[in-house]
This record gives sequence, C-alpha cells and structure tokens, in this order.
Amino acid sequence: MQEPIIEASGLTKRFGDVQAVAGVDFDVARGELFGFLGPNGAGKTTTINLLIGLARPDRGTIRIAGIDCSRNPKAAQHLLGVVPDESNLYPELTGFENLCFCGSLYGLGRRDREERSRALLDRFGLADAAGRKFSGYSKGMKRKLTIAAGIIHGPQILFLDEPTTGIDVASARQIRQLLAELNADGTTVFLTTHYIEEAERLCGRIAFIVGGRIVRIDDVRTLMQLAEGRHGVQVALAAGAAEMCPQIEAQFPDLECRAVSGDAIRIESPVPIQVGPLVRLLEDRGAEVYEARRISPSLEDVFVRITGIALDEMKRDKEKKMSKLNGGSPS
Amino acid sequence: MIGLAVQGILAKDIRTYYLKPPNVSWGLIFPFAWAGMFFVRSGTGLDSALALLPGVMAVSVLFGTTSLLSVTVTFEKKGRSFERLLLAPISLEMLMLAKTSGAILFGVANAFVPVLMAAFLVDLSGLDWAVLVPAVVLIAVSSTFLGLFIAVSVSEVFEAQTFSNFFRFPMLFLCGLFFPVEQLPVWLRPLSYVLPLTYGADLLHMSILGAGRFSPAIDFAVLAFFCAGLFALSLHNIRRKWIV
Repeated sequence: MQEPIIEASGLTKRFGDVQAVAGVDFDVARGELFGFLGPNGAGKTTTINLLIGLARPDRGTIRIAGIDCSRNPKAAQHLLGVVPDESNLYPELTGFENLCFCGSLYGLGRRDREERSRALLDRFGLADAAGRKFSGYSKGMKRKLTIAAGIIHGPQILFLDEPTTGIDVASARQIRQLLAELNADGTTVFLTTHYIEEAERLCGRIAFIVGGRIVRIDDVRTLMQLAEGRHGVQVALAAGAAEMCPQIEAQFPDLECRAVSGDAIRIESPVPIQVGPLVRLLEDRGAEVYEARRISPSLEDVFVRITGIALDEMKRDKEKKMSKLNGGSPS
Repeated sequence: MIGLAVQGILAKDIRTYYLKPPNVSWGLIFPFAWAGMFFVRSGTGLDSALALLPGVMAVSVLFGTTSLLSVTVTFEKKGRSFERLLLAPISLEMLMLAKTSGAILFGVANAFVPVLMAAFLVDLSGLDWAVLVPAVVLIAVSSTFLGLFIAVSVSEVFEAQTFSNFFRFPMLFLCGLFFPVEQLPVWLRPLSYVLPLTYGADLLHMSILGAGRFSPAIDFAVLAFFCAGLFALSLHNIRRKWIV
C-alpha cells in the first residue's frame, strides 16, 4: 500500500450507554477511493466525525497526512473537504455565493474563490443556476453544490457521507462520475454509502463496519473472491417469501435462503442449484412463482455473508431516515 | 487566511441576517416604540427625552443582539450549516468572534437609532462621547455573548427566543434602565449587581445625564469581566456539546 494519508488506530467513542465506535483501526492510502460500509447505527458517521474533528475520540489516535489530530483536530482541517449526508449550505445565498463563502472559510482570496466557484459550477452543470438561491435547488442540484463546496479549496482528502442517497438517477450517476474524476486527479476519497453496487463500482478498498467494529477490510477484488464458487438463484413470488425459506432449507440442506426486497427469495449454494425442483417445491407449497432466474453473486452477497445483515433492511432504514429528514413519510 | 475567513463570515452574516428589511425595521421601530411608551406613561413632555435615552439605548442593544444572535446560531446549528463553520481551519475562538461580530455591530447601530431620534428633540451637546461610545460597544459585546450563551444552551429556534426572554425581561426592571436600582426592594438589589446591563446602564446614565452610581473604571472593568466570562463559558459549552 502507498503512504497512508489517514491512519486511525484504536478509535473508541461512547455516547452514554451506546458504544458507537469500538476500537476501529484502518489506514487509507494517499490517492485511494476508500469505501466505508455498514448499516444505520454501525458507527460510520461517528467515525467520519472523529476523523474530521467534529467529535473527539475517547481513546485511540488519528493521523491525517502525518499530523496527529487526536488532541488537536484543527491541525489538519485545511487538508479536508467534507460532504455530509444532508446538504448543509445556506438557503438564503445563491449557488455562487455559497461556493464563494466556503472558499473564504479556507482563506481563498476574492478573485481565486470567484474563479474556482465559476469553474465548479460549470463542472457540476450548475452554471445556469449560479444566481439562484440554494433553497430553490432540486435535491440533486443541492447535492452537487454541496460536493462542489467540499472541494472549493482543493482538499487532499474528501469525506462523503452517503452522497447519492435520495436523489434522482441522473444526478447520482453524474456524482459517481465526478467522484471517479476527482479521485483520478489525485484526491483521496473516503466514501460511506449503503449502495453496495456504488461502492463496488467506485472503491478500491472497502471496510465493513458493524456495531462499531470493522468486521472486514479488503480490496474489492479480494472481497469478490469470497463470492466466487457460489451459485445463486432469485425467485419472485406473489406473496409469502419469508415463510418459504425455512421450507426450502428443510428440503434442500445445501441451500441457504433469505427473503429479499418485495416478495422475492434469494438462494445461494456452493453447488449448482437445480431451478426446476426448487420451483416445483414452491408451487407444491402453494406459492405463486412469477420468475426464477440465476444470478451471479455480487459484493452485496459478500456483505450479507460477512456482516449477517440483510441489505434490504439497511436500505429501508436509510430511506426511512432520509424521509424523516425531508419531512415526508417513509415510502 | 484567518482574516479572510473572519471577513467572509462577517460579510455573509451582515448580508444574510442583519441587513434584511425586517431586521432593519426592527432596529428602527423598536427604540421608537419604547421611547413612545415611556413618554405616554410618564406624561411629561420632551424634557424627559434625555432621561429616557440611556434606558431606550440599552434596551435596543439588548433586544437586538440577543434576539438575532441566539436565533441565527440556533437556526444554523439546526440546519447543520454551523458544522461547516466548525470544519473551517480557524480556531474556535476566532470563529465565534467572527460569528458574533455582526451582532455586535448590529447592536451598536441599534443603540444610536434613539440617539439620532433624540438629536431632533433635545440638545445633545452635553453628552460625554468618550464614555458613551465604549459603553455602547461593551453593552453590545456582553449582550451578544449572552445571546451566544443562550444559543449554545438550547436546540430549537423557539427555545432561543423564550430562553432569551428569561434573561431580558428581568433585566429591564433590575438594571436601573428606567428607574434607579435604589428604588427596588432591598432583597432584589443584589440580583441587579450580578447583571452586566446594570453596569452598562450606569455608564450610559453617566455619559448622558452626568450622574452614575459607580466610577466608570468599575463599570468598564465589570462589563469587560462579564464579556470575557460569557465568551469563555459559551466556548466551553460549544466544545462540550457540539464537538462531542
């Protein structure tokens, strides 16, 4: 691994009775795009807050670009760009004014910050909305401007907390593209997301965190090897997916079954799966089968195997949280 | 670098909050309403304008600064834009000085609105400006830091308003703004002496009416002590509550 730019060692943080982070150790190499994955309450945001200086560790050390930030979190803040899970710019200011203001916080002179703001608005496709108030932006535009604000000062490390959650597909795609470009330009990116496919596509290495502990940290290729040699079938049912799993596992002991989103079940096995007998069993037990198809195991399956957490549950939790933040009801 | 950040925060706050038409009109209407209320209540003519001036100035500063600062900081904290400031590579002390400087300027400007009004009604040639101006600045600083203390103590915008009133309304009656502390019941007087505005009002009375209870040195020293104490306490609370 290249020279580490983030070094976290023995990080521990407790809030009252809750052990938010319990002895987390990891390094992130300069120029890496590092993924930090876990369910809600796993300790992702707390870990980010510890690294950026919005929280103080109870124990452990943090070094950013060789600077010990454990006792003095301000020491390396000029190297960091932060994009929180909620867009937190100023609703009363225009897009251009918001970027200029963020530039001033990092000591950019007027001409410099105005030039950079214009360039970023252009790069993020927001030039036409530069003079509009932030409060009038769509969710996707807000997210893009928040990312632009995070990089106005050209940080060495960019922290992003769920950058594509709750926004439209086109904006999410554009953001992923921008992150890849930033990383290619040399910015170290620390990304938390609950979209496993996003992490799989973007990240070089991934850490899985559950219950405040890192349960696995590896490069994507090595993680994907855990899925090799596995076979999968996904079956869509009219109803009752959860009740069918125990019956399948009782009949076919080699198969591992779990209910996934909607009324579907996902079956995995180290040996090839015969789809015909499976469908017949389901129909014999009164299930209406809409579709049965073979699937290639993905990083999502690796995540589920390592953490024991159903990904759909994680997505639902996240969507509920985002919906609450946006003042709506969970969909 | 720090200078640019401080300048940026001050400029942003002035434009976003303090120069907004509702706040400008508040700064004009509020002292006018207070002065009018006391004219009507006292039943005296324009002669009483000078006697009312210290109280109206102090009230204008107190309400202007505490209201705006506590509400804007709570609003930014709630909307998480305050995190953006906490992540800026400047010390918390500088950051909070920058954040409060807009409110201090607003308070000072508010204080001189009643002076401007009075200038059309009475002769202000006897005012001791060398005491008046620093007194107004220190009242604005202490009131602003009181607003900061309130902002850090609450989490909702409406709480900031109600908690502000918890301090402000007793101060109207306890600090000798419109009637002397000596007229208060004996058991209430000690309370007056632990409120910063008592010393600020004393300086205003001294500089406008020529008579104060304490020496200016004591008033300035106590006000400066309150400013330093409230600022230190607010920073301590920010570190304890917001950088957990």
